[in-house]
Amino acid sequence: MIEVKNIYKSFGDSQILKGISSTFEKGKTNLVIGQSGSGKTVFLKCLLGLFTPDEGTIAYDGKNYSDLTDDQKRNLRAEMGMVFQGSALFDSMTIAENVMFPLRMFTKMSKSEMQDRVDFVLNRVNLSDAHKKMPSEASGGMQKRVAIARAIVNNPKYLFCDEPNSGLDPKTAIVIDNLIQEITLEYNITTVINSHDMNSVMEIGQKILFLKDGLKAWEGSNATIFKTDNEAVTNFVYSSELFKKVRKMYIDENS
Amino acid sequence: MSDFFTLAVSNFSMTYLTNIGAYFLMIAEMFRKPTKWSVMRTLILKDIDDLIIGSLGIVAFISFFVGGVVTIQTALNISNPLIPKYLVGFATRQSVILEFAPTFISIIMAGKVGSFITSSIGTMRVTEQIDALEVMGINSLNYLVFPKFIAMMLYPFVISIAMFLGVLGGMAACVYGGFSTLEDYITGVQLDFIPFHIVYAFIKTFVFAFLLATIPSFYGFYMKGGALEVGKASTTSFVWTSVMIILFNYLLTQLLLS
Ligand SMILES: Nc1ncnc2c1ncn2[C@@H]1O[C@H](COP(=O)(O)OP(=O)(O)O)[C@@H](O)[C@H]1O
Ligand SMILES: [Mg+2]
Repeated sequence: MIEVKNIYKSFGDSQILKGISSTFEKGKTNLVIGQSGSGKTVFLKCLLGLFTPDEGTIAYDGKNYSDLTDDQKRNLRAEMGMVFQGSALFDSMTIAENVMFPLRMFTKMSKSEMQDRVDFVLNRVNLSDAHKKMPSEASGGMQKRVAIARAIVNNPKYLFCDEPNSGLDPKTAIVIDNLIQEITLEYNITTVINSHDMNSVMEIGQKILFLKDGLKAWEGSNATIFKTDNEAVTNFVYSSELFKKVRKMYIDENS
Repeated sequence: MSDFFTLAVSNFSMTYLTNIGAYFLMIAEMFRKPTKWSVMRTLILKDIDDLIIGSLGIVAFISFFVGGVVTIQTALNISNPLIPKYLVGFATRQSVILEFAPTFISIIMAGKVGSFITSSIGTMRVTEQIDALEVMGINSLNYLVFPKFIAMMLYPFVISIAMFLGVLGGMAACVYGGFSTLEDYITGVQLDFIPFHIVYAFIKTFVFAFLLATIPSFYGFYMKGGALEVGKASTTSFVWTSVMIILFNYLLTQLLLS
């Protein structure tokens, strides 16, 4: 579980996060949504410890990040997995080497133990025959799976995904979303996902945090987002005509 | 008008001072929190292959032919029959060892090795691969720049080859062009040999190796933007690496030879 209390972050004169609080539970897919430029990535990088918030606290399973020693911070880092928006695979390494990388850096496993673990996670993301390919030879969907495999190979307790299905076709996007949700449940991980994709919101939005202008504009889940009257949310979520119709039908049916 | 001028000057110097400061911080950071040796070894070997081995072909080609041209130019300019023929060999050796091999080849390397380093690190920056390293708790400067710095410690080896082939190319041009005999050329090459000139040339080479590894890394590592900016960063990196090589060449020559 991650508890965020009142975090602020600014770059120079521009205040990006203006006091955000929320709680992200274990074994659930937690979504952070908002327009492009609303600060989702900055928020996620604060959770990752890549940015230090100007104010406020972040606690991981009760441990306050700013109270930790450097060693403890490093150990906490080793328990985090991250899937970047563009996958961020190391393009000089094969797919198998990419997935093995965190094991080589942070464990004392033998070569064959590492290989077994790599086989296992690549199987888990349904990529059992791509070991020797280079990232540039893999499709966008495959690269995302490899990125997920690399993020979970060292059994993380926390998984962060920055727009995991941007740039993918709608069908692959749903496959990736579902994969993240299954893994979150299977291994009981605390997962936080940035998204501006409405399919994701409906499919895997077990908890949704909506950011607007650096503030928390709304909080709920895919079950409650249909019913909310919050104008900021409805303007963002139901910005297309199709979604407006769907919402109207849903409300009519349920009233 | 004068306000504008002051502002421009202060902006200009601020940018450069900030950059120079950031550059030295980068160098210090590069030695901190070292990467696991088993991983670092592979990185160093890969960089030796990319930066050193990969440069040998072009360096050999250029050295041999430019050595030849230096000889021909010298020979053609010595029209006075009182000047002994062996001076062609002497002049070639001096220009090749003192300037051509260490300095001229390093400018070529600022283009070849430098733009390779900037664009490969820059691409890793724009595709978030550097963020991925940082997230894992890896010191990305140590991971990326340190192996290049170590690989470039073999750069004097490249320059030795350039010196040898430059003198050899001069010999070939001299003999086949009929400017002097093989014996005269060899006598000239051995004439008045000052060992400190070699020391001077290799001190320069080590300094240039350091500049060639770190300045392009700096421009790659701290770049912002996308693929287009990677190209621009490579160009800027080439310009500044060359400028620094020329500047240090002047300073070291003044310091060591005069
Ligand atoms: N490292 C940084 N330095 C300065 N400004 C930044 C930095 N990172 C993000 N920003 C700014 O923060 C704002 C929010 O960006 P971001 O979190 O990437 O948005 P989102 O991910 O929601 O699209 C943008 O205006 C961006 O320019
Ligand atoms: Mg973003």
